[in-house]
Amino acid sequence: MKYMLMMHAPRGNGEYQVSDWSPDDLKAHIGFMHQLNHDLTASGEWVDGQGLTAPGEARLVRAGSDGAPVTDGPFPEAKEFLAGFWIVEVDSPERAYEIAAKASAAPGPGGAPLNMPIEVRQVGSAPPVDA
Amino acid sequence: MTAPSVETAVGHLLRELAPQVLGAVARRHGDFDAAEDAVQEALVAAAMQWPRDGIPTNPHGWLYHVALRRITDHLRSEMARRRREDAVATQVWAEWAFVPPPEVDIGVEGDDTLVLLFMCCHPALTPASAIALTLRAVGGLTTAEIARAFLVPEATMAQRISRAKATIKSSGTGFSMPDGAERAERLSAVLHVLYLIFNEGYASSSGPQLQRTDLSNEAIRLARTLHALLPDDAEVTGLLALMLLTDARRAARTGPAGELIPLDEQDRTLWDRALIAEGVELVSDALSRGSVGPYPLQAAIAAVHDEAARAEDTDWPQILALYSVLERMSDNPMVSLNRAIAAAMVEGPKAGLALLEPLDARLGGHYRLDAVRAHLHERAGDAERAIVHYRAAAERTASIPERDYLTLKAARLAAGRTQRIADA
Repeated sequence: MKYMLMMHAPRGNGEYQVSDWSPDDLKAHIGFMHQLNHDLTASGEWVDGQGLTAPGEARLVRAGSDGAPVTDGPFPEAKEFLAGFWIVEVDSPERAYEIAAKASAAPGPGGAPLNMPIEVRQVGSAPPVDA
Repeated sequence: MTAPSVETAVGHLLRELAPQVLGAVARRHGDFDAAEDAVQEALVAAAMQWPRDGIPTNPHGWLYHVALRRITDHLRSEMARRRREDAVATQVWAEWAFVPPPEVDIGVEGDDTLVLLFMCCHPALTPASAIALTLRAVGGLTTAEIARAFLVPEATMAQRISRAKATIKSSGTGFSMPDGAERAERLSAVLHVLYLIFNEGYASSSGPQLQRTDLSNEAIRLARTLHALLPDDAEVTGLLALMLLTDARRAARTGPAGELIPLDEQDRTLWDRALIAEGVELVSDALSRGSVGPYPLQAAIAAVHDEAARAEDTDWPQILALYSVLERMSDNPMVSLNRAIAAAMVEGPKAGLALLEPLDARLGGHYRLDAVRAHLHERAGDAERAIVHYRAAAERTASIPERDYLTLKAARLAAGRTQRIADA
């Protein structure tokens, strides 16, 4: 079963909270994420994973009456934003939660865990065989 | 009709030969892990060379020769590495220096394929690992092909396979046939893995994922191989029959956009008569062997469905009887659920709904229970309850086509209800 893990990062003073961090803290954080990705590949569970660019350029788009895009945003008042996602293939939902908890505890300033909220959703699959 | 391309012919031949060559190499070399890697490399080399240079007169010997040479090469570079690290390298690999020339016929033991299946479906492995390893080591598929079939990156699949092999190694299982009671237990694990491979392909045989139907074909091919090795085993025969009888309905099972078409609404002229005939013959053979387990029974149920020219011709009393036997045997709540459907077809929806009552505790929250309940309420004329359960089922299923189907059922009933109120 495949799960999507969506990482919601807190917004800081600027675009990224991380822009206020010390270089060492930042390096530790990036290293942690690389290691997590490496571990997921090594365990045969990695399907996909992407980081998203800064939310400053985020737009909500709707079709106008003529079908042309009507955009809204950016949203500087938003407290959290989707920073990235993973898709993992695991044997149980519990394993997906375990991976999410690991990602959530990525180190922040001073190496303290960030405990970011990670939304975990099962990816729709094909129908089972009919009985 | 066009002749199959050389690549296709080579591909088929390689997949036939893969388990035989691996069996021979693993028996000679002893290390399954290294043998499996070497044979995979030999298969890849053959897939490149044979279409260009022609198929060698003794393809089995060619692959065996190349695989053994790969092992020798790996050992040699490993020795060189160790020599660099440690001057006390004295181990010789002379044993591996001799490889028979390609013309020499290598003794092929049919049992090797069986031993390989037992290894790849080892109970220490998770189903996902066992499936991947079986497809590579016995099915002769490349890691890239398996990764594509399961929609994961190749690196992920490569890791899954190498971890599976490490698990087998640490379990201490050698390249030998399990015996006695263990053999029966291990055979049922093999059957389960083949069944899962079939499901994986069959369940997704629609829309943009068409290549995944190859998995069903591969499962059928492996089941045929197993059946040829164990023609007297009723469970093996039953599993092959079940696959053929299910696969026969594939073309009718989904609409043009991949939407699900339930059994009673399928266009039965699209069913594959040849597969049905073969499946029925196999299932008759399995059932004639006295004590019968779950696969022949499930195959028999599939055969009853397949033999009905129209949905209303289905012999539901027969299906009900078969599910009753299966229920006593397996204690699986899903079987009880299916028996309730059959009972509803024979004795009416109320009887079916009554049989569902005790299943709440055992299947609590499973969407199939809601889906069946919705269906039976609908047949009993209770649209309100049917809508509630169709919606609950739609929210709980992980399958997108199934969710669409269930949501549509609820919407149609709701629209009908509004229409009735407007007409009143």
